[in-house]
Amino acid sequence: FDQEKKIKNRESFSFWIPSQSNVCCPFKLTLSSLIVARVEHLSPPAKMKIMVAVKRVIDYAVKIRVKPDKSGVETQNVKMSMNPFCEIALEEALRIKEAGLASEVVAVTIGPKQSIDTLRTGLAMGADRGIHVEATGDLFPLAVAKLFKALVEIEKPGLIILGKQAIDNDCNQTGQMVAGLLGWPQGTFASKVVLDKEKQEVMVDREVDGGLETVCLNLPAVITTDLRLNQPRYATLPNIMKAKSKPVKKYTPEELNVGTKSDLEVVEITEPPKRKAGVLVSSVDELIDKLRNEAHVI
Amino acid sequence: MLSFRFVMPLDLGAKGSCQIGGNVATNAGGLRLIRYGSLHGNVLGLEVVLANGDVLDMLGTLRKDNTGYDLKHLFIGSEGSLGIITKVSILTPPKLSSVNIAFLACQDYLSCQKLLLEAKRSLGEILSAFEFMDSVAMDVVLNNLDGVRNPLAPTAHNFYVLIETTGTEESYDKEKLEKFLVGSMESGLISDGVLAQDINQASAFWRLREGVPESLQRAGAVYKYDLSLPVEKMYDLVVEMRARLGESVKVVGYGHLGDGNLHLNISAPKYDDAILAQIEPFVYEWTSNHRGSISAEHGVGLMKANKIFYSKSPEAVRYTGKIINPC
Repeated sequence: FDQEKKIKNRESFSFWIPSQSNVCCPFKLTLSSLIVARVEHLSPPAKMKIMVAVKRVIDYAVKIRVKPDKSGVETQNVKMSMNPFCEIALEEALRIKEAGLASEVVAVTIGPKQSIDTLRTGLAMGADRGIHVEATGDLFPLAVAKLFKALVEIEKPGLIILGKQAIDNDCNQTGQMVAGLLGWPQGTFASKVVLDKEKQEVMVDREVDGGLETVCLNLPAVITTDLRLNQPRYATLPNIMKAKSKPVKKYTPEELNVGTKSDLEVVEITEPPKRKAGVLVSSVDELIDKLRNEAHVI
Repeated sequence: MLSFRFVMPLDLGAKGSCQIGGNVATNAGGLRLIRYGSLHGNVLGLEVVLANGDVLDMLGTLRKDNTGYDLKHLFIGSEGSLGIITKVSILTPPKLSSVNIAFLACQDYLSCQKLLLEAKRSLGEILSAFEFMDSVAMDVVLNNLDGVRNPLAPTAHNFYVLIETTGTEESYDKEKLEKFLVGSMESGLISDGVLAQDINQASAFWRLREGVPESLQRAGAVYKYDLSLPVEKMYDLVVEMRARLGESVKVVGYGHLGDGNLHLNISAPKYDDAILAQIEPFVYEWTSNHRGSISAEHGVGLMKANKIFYSKSPEAVRYTGKIINPC
């Protein structure tokens, strides 16, 4: 509590510096700033906030249909849910908080009006607060990352956790771009996360092509989650009840001073070619003939 | 049919292997009877081949036809005793997009009953399934199936209820369901519960309930009873059987609470006539005394044909004989 007060003083103090005309007690200003600076340097931040990105996507179990005009996939009357990797990200944040290593979990969603449903699911799972950046139209990872950066500057989290990719566009870019824009270290495809609050660092096991790679990141850092990190909890009724009174702050991209116009444009969406039926051959000679003359692979 | 956005009006555990003719011949019930009603209501017409080779064409698609006796009803549930069903005309409800599932815990059976009444009133037209299973059933599933977990762990609850709603507006239905659940929790009907947030979670809940028969099969020998009883009396039978049979067996109660249909299963290490003697005819007499049915949806077949008198009066059986064999 004491520390909080001092930090608060510092924030208001920083407005004083430019106004050199304040001759009242110049000596006092300098001294208190010295004391505050020392205190800040000695002890790690007591209250770490975790920011988690959650996205509203077409439910994983739904059979996707491409619209006849090839402009996109059918989303009318289709079940929408939280992106599975975002669920895992939120679950990890909640576990870190429950272990006493973070004080608050803030769920963030960027999307149209209905994205609030996904945020509500996040709150029902246990997030403390929600932020909804209401933006319509096609949002590409770079725009999302820029919006995230703007929110980070407001919220100042110690850790950002995102899903490794969204199952609708499979980009796998947003987490990396956020880290790049902020200049923060990143641990992507996390299958294990171990936070060390004292040392202000986090060890991340990454699932890579060759196996597992362990990286050690200084906080603040960005982590993106892979499938095997954890098994997300269900939204229990008591938590659903509590979620109704949890605050949700709304922003627009304009308020955050971020332009969302992309230099990418989706030209066409088509289904992958239908798999052709297999053919039974009657002899090895026939097989060789087909491989050479039809499939042209030998 | 899915591509035209309609669904079959019934859904049951055997969906992977059963066939429509058989479903009609046994008047199969299943998980959604509470919403769509029985096959007697949904079958519009049949084509049946009789024992002498005659083909009886009653294949209509009309919703209403009061010309004479409605013969198809004789064949629905006839279990193949009158003819073989070769064609079926069935009324299919539209496929509605908004499906929500809750998995709930109740302290006692009375709460389950009150919850059912409350669900019918609060959820009204969107209620599409109301199933229950007791703690013994949950244990059997968790111990015998892979890839399942209790959504309400770690607390062990006495009764679990699965409620499903199907409607047209996702947000409206969810709000209605949440309001009902929160209200039930505040009034103490539910002690805990979870709401599925996506289709995967919904399937996981169904897997728990639909997995009970499979788990019992894997657990060893099982004596199965499918009974219709007044809802308020249903679980009393389970309790009595437990007292009667003792520690050597597991008495499991689960089923379509919404329809008053109990699946009473007794799981034993192996089949034993001594155990059977303790179960039958007690279970049938008990059911009969409460004016229940000794076969709610599974039929009587050959095994239980002579047990029919527990649920049908001798006059009714005699009259049936007269209609079928007028000579």
